[in-house]
Amino acid sequence: MLGYILRRVAIMIPTLFVISIMTFIIIQLPPGDFLTSYAASLRAQGEVIDEDEMEVMRERYGLNQPIYVQYAKWIWGIMTRGDWGQSMSLQVPVKDLIWQRMALSMVLSVVSLIVGWFIAIPLGVYSATHQYSLVDYIVTFISFMGIGTPSFLLGLVVMYVAMNYMGLTVGGLFSSQYIMAPWSWDKVIDLAKHIWIPIAILAFNGTAGGLRTTRANLLDELNKPYVETARSKGLKEGRVIWKYPVRVALNPFFSTVGWELANLIGGATLLSIVLNLQTEGPMLLNALTAQDMYLAGSFLFLLSAITVVGTLVSDILLAWVDPRIRMT
Amino acid sequence: MNESNPLLQIKDLKTYFFLDEGTVKAVDGADLELGTCSTLGVVGESGCGKSVAARSIMQIVAKGGRIVSGEILFHHQLCKPGTDRRLSEKEEVIDLAMLDPQGDKIRSIRGAEISMVFQEPMTSLSPVHTIGNQIGEVISLHQKLDPKQAREKAIAMLDHVGMPLPKRTIDRYPHELSGGMRQRAMIAMALSCHPSLLIADEPTTALDVTTEAQILSLMRKLQDELGMSIMFITHNLGVIAQMADRVAVMYLGKVVEAASVDTLFYKPLHPYTQALMESIPRLGAKKRRGERLASIRGSVPDPYNLPKGCPFHPRCAKRVPNVCDREEPPNLKVDQGHEVRCVLYK
Repeated sequence: MLGYILRRVAIMIPTLFVISIMTFIIIQLPPGDFLTSYAASLRAQGEVIDEDEMEVMRERYGLNQPIYVQYAKWIWGIMTRGDWGQSMSLQVPVKDLIWQRMALSMVLSVVSLIVGWFIAIPLGVYSATHQYSLVDYIVTFISFMGIGTPSFLLGLVVMYVAMNYMGLTVGGLFSSQYIMAPWSWDKVIDLAKHIWIPIAILAFNGTAGGLRTTRANLLDELNKPYVETARSKGLKEGRVIWKYPVRVALNPFFSTVGWELANLIGGATLLSIVLNLQTEGPMLLNALTAQDMYLAGSFLFLLSAITVVGTLVSDILLAWVDPRIRMT
Repeated sequence: MNESNPLLQIKDLKTYFFLDEGTVKAVDGADLELGTCSTLGVVGESGCGKSVAARSIMQIVAKGGRIVSGEILFHHQLCKPGTDRRLSEKEEVIDLAMLDPQGDKIRSIRGAEISMVFQEPMTSLSPVHTIGNQIGEVISLHQKLDPKQAREKAIAMLDHVGMPLPKRTIDRYPHELSGGMRQRAMIAMALSCHPSLLIADEPTTALDVTTEAQILSLMRKLQDELGMSIMFITHNLGVIAQMADRVAVMYLGKVVEAASVDTLFYKPLHPYTQALMESIPRLGAKKRRGERLASIRGSVPDPYNLPKGCPFHPRCAKRVPNVCDREEPPNLKVDQGHEVRCVLYK
């Protein structure tokens, strides 16, 4: 087991290298660079641009160097100094921007994933064991709504309802006095007061998918002979269901947790924009449109790294819960 | 077979499945009787209701099916734990058909007084729990033992069924064992609470012949040692000849003939039983070159659309026109312990 994990971690290193090269190529793909889009936005505001000044700035950011030199400098900075480069549009080091955003995104995604599971699994089990009952139909109907409704639309609806009927301003992750404040206990409480709305919205979407998975898998497992064996032992029906078929039916949850998390972080971008959340999504979008290459590249790289690590975690989890899977 | 006390009496059992496509009368008026410490073989083609009858006894009929009418009288031997149940005087008669399938009473009988061994040892054991977990569970459930004692009992039981290295096997998962070993584990699980009735639903069908012979002799050995009755369900007449004291032949949910094993093999009365006997290939039987093995013509009728009268008449070689296709044949007692459902013996 330990040897397997070490081997997998060793394979991750070249994988991450390839990913870093790919992300760097991708952010270079749009024509022009940060300065051309910066100049375009200045020009749109009617300002005059001095070509010599542009050249000086291009020199300063190293944008006139060949792409592989830029890449080498970037990756060398990350590996040796933990320096992810400079955000050109915000004029601050990338490392000062990304960590808090990534952390908030992770908290949001992980909590909504777990909340989603806690609702999806019992409901899915009930739905499968009471197939074609009234409750099953209701649960199925709601879960299809959950799959079909985009989270940003739900966000808009929640904002509208909260604003018009409850007089609440929904949006952001912090009250205005805490946004720039350093972390404190009060700030955490303030975060908790705000974050439950996006969590509820994301969990609603996640629950719907998880519920369909649980119901479908469990329906397959319920007719397996080992369930009949368990029943023939004289166990209570609830114990028969939860110990045996549910246990097997939940395996897909473990095997998908890796990319589910990355999906959730990426998928929350639109909702984050709508609800004005200080998470990774909106900042990545801005960085991409402004061609703020180091900021965008760092986010893309971290998201890919989460997927790679998540896949390893789900492989280990699956091997742990399903003894039929051998690690070789 | 000694003329012992009855352990289980099934009277006019009807178990129907109510499905969207219609009603399937899986068991439609079956009568069976099983004495203490004896073996009843139940034979029949696929779909004749033998497995459903067995599941009706335990009240574990699959979804959509339920016992519609009839009695399943189980003579529960009340004896102190550890004493020989054959010597117990007191007994309590329970009609299993009347019990709530999820109630406490039937659950205290399931796995403890009546237990079952299934056909596919691969799929009948949970793939994600160890053998020890699955056997220990039934022991601690019915015998109120703590996990450590249950584990010791499970090891002893595995040893009893001839499992090699029981102390190591107990922590194995089913996929790490061979088919024969898995079936031994199943038997250990079924017998771990010393039931008075073991229902074996085609326990050797999925095994190769060598393993089959081992499992069959194991079951006979355990029957002598533990003093239990076996209801042995199979479609293999060779296995029946080897295992059973009495045989019941089922066809479309009814018992068409019941007799002692010798009577049934040497003097079968029902045309269906006779046809079954003729379809057994025999070593050394004199046959003309090119002669084919006899088979029963046609196949089992559509379960949604059963024939009127005797259910076997469309395939029967000896059918009486205007009789067999009209009236249902009565159950006739032709001899001591020999019953047949056929108008030919009226």
